[in-house]
Amino acid sequence: MCTYLTEKITVAGSGKGAAGWFTLTDATVYLDHPQHAPAEHTLNIDFLNPANGPAARVAVELTAESARALARAIEATLESAPPGLA
Amino acid sequence: MNEALIAETISITGHGGEEIEAYLARPLGQDSFGSVVVIHHMPGYDSPTKEITRNFAAHGYAALMPNLYHRDAPGASPDDAAATARAKGGVPDERLVADVSGAADYLRALEGSNGKVGVIGYCSGGRQSFLAACSLPLDAAVDCYGAFIVGKPPEGMPLKVGPIVDLAPNLSCPLLGLFGADDQYPSPEQVDELDKALIEAGKAHEFHSYEGAGHAFFSVNRPAYRPEAATDGWQKIWDFFGRYLAG
Repeated sequence: MCTYLTEKITVAGSGKGAAGWFTLTDATVYLDHPQHAPAEHTLNIDFLNPANGPAARVAVELTAESARALARAIEATLESAPPGLA
Repeated sequence: MNEALIAETISITGHGGEEIEAYLARPLGQDSFGSVVVIHHMPGYDSPTKEITRNFAAHGYAALMPNLYHRDAPGASPDDAAATARAKGGVPDERLVADVSGAADYLRALEGSNGKVGVIGYCSGGRQSFLAACSLPLDAAVDCYGAFIVGKPPEGMPLKVGPIVDLAPNLSCPLLGLFGADDQYPSPEQVDELDKALIEAGKAHEFHSYEGAGHAFFSVNRPAYRPEAATDGWQKIWDFFGRYLAG
């Protein structure tokens, strides 16, 4: 289905897109049909800088299982970082 | 029919008098032809939908697919434009109707047009095809698994479109509906409700639901592709448009 279900957050950092590195300001997370991944639905993340236009986008399309593994890995990495680093 | 055609990117006048990008494919060597407005799916104005547009021309119809995301992301690649459009909540209904109206006007003005224009849409475009056919004078409409003609989006979904089944009495032309029995959006129950609304309104329509197929079974580049359903569905489309548009 076309879900339109979207979580939007603001982010600070950088991403590397088709035209090289750029500053990230926003990210969207949604479950929908992928553009490329061989699955009917994927968890999609767009890292964005809308002020730089639609092409300022780093996109990933992950299976639900992969997305959950990624979320756990991010949390585990941050939790295990030495005090003061994260 | 020798299947000769020409396909190209053009500009058409859409909602608010604005120029938007569109993809036109038309048959060559035919004195007279019917026309089809192709409404792309939510992933956008992409190569597979351009291929669908060319397929109509190969079968003797002029076909025009407006880039519904042109204003959201002019010049962007289809996937980036789709991401931008979805982040904004999709295409407003009023804008969609005016863009399809502009596309239909363009097709009727083509040299060789027989004056008949149909519309077909996939996924979100299925709902939009029904919406256009209830809002504009058209000659035939095809809804391929359009969600939210019937039924509200699930709780918590920030969808900016609502159910439009109450527009059924305004349907201006016969409607062909092609659905997957395994689809949940629209579900078989929602398809039945639309069927009943059209019967009550006395509107000509024919619906086909394919067992073993879900949403997007026409999409040849996706795992949802179901060759048996898609092949039969295409035949239903040729029969339907042959009755109401050809000549």
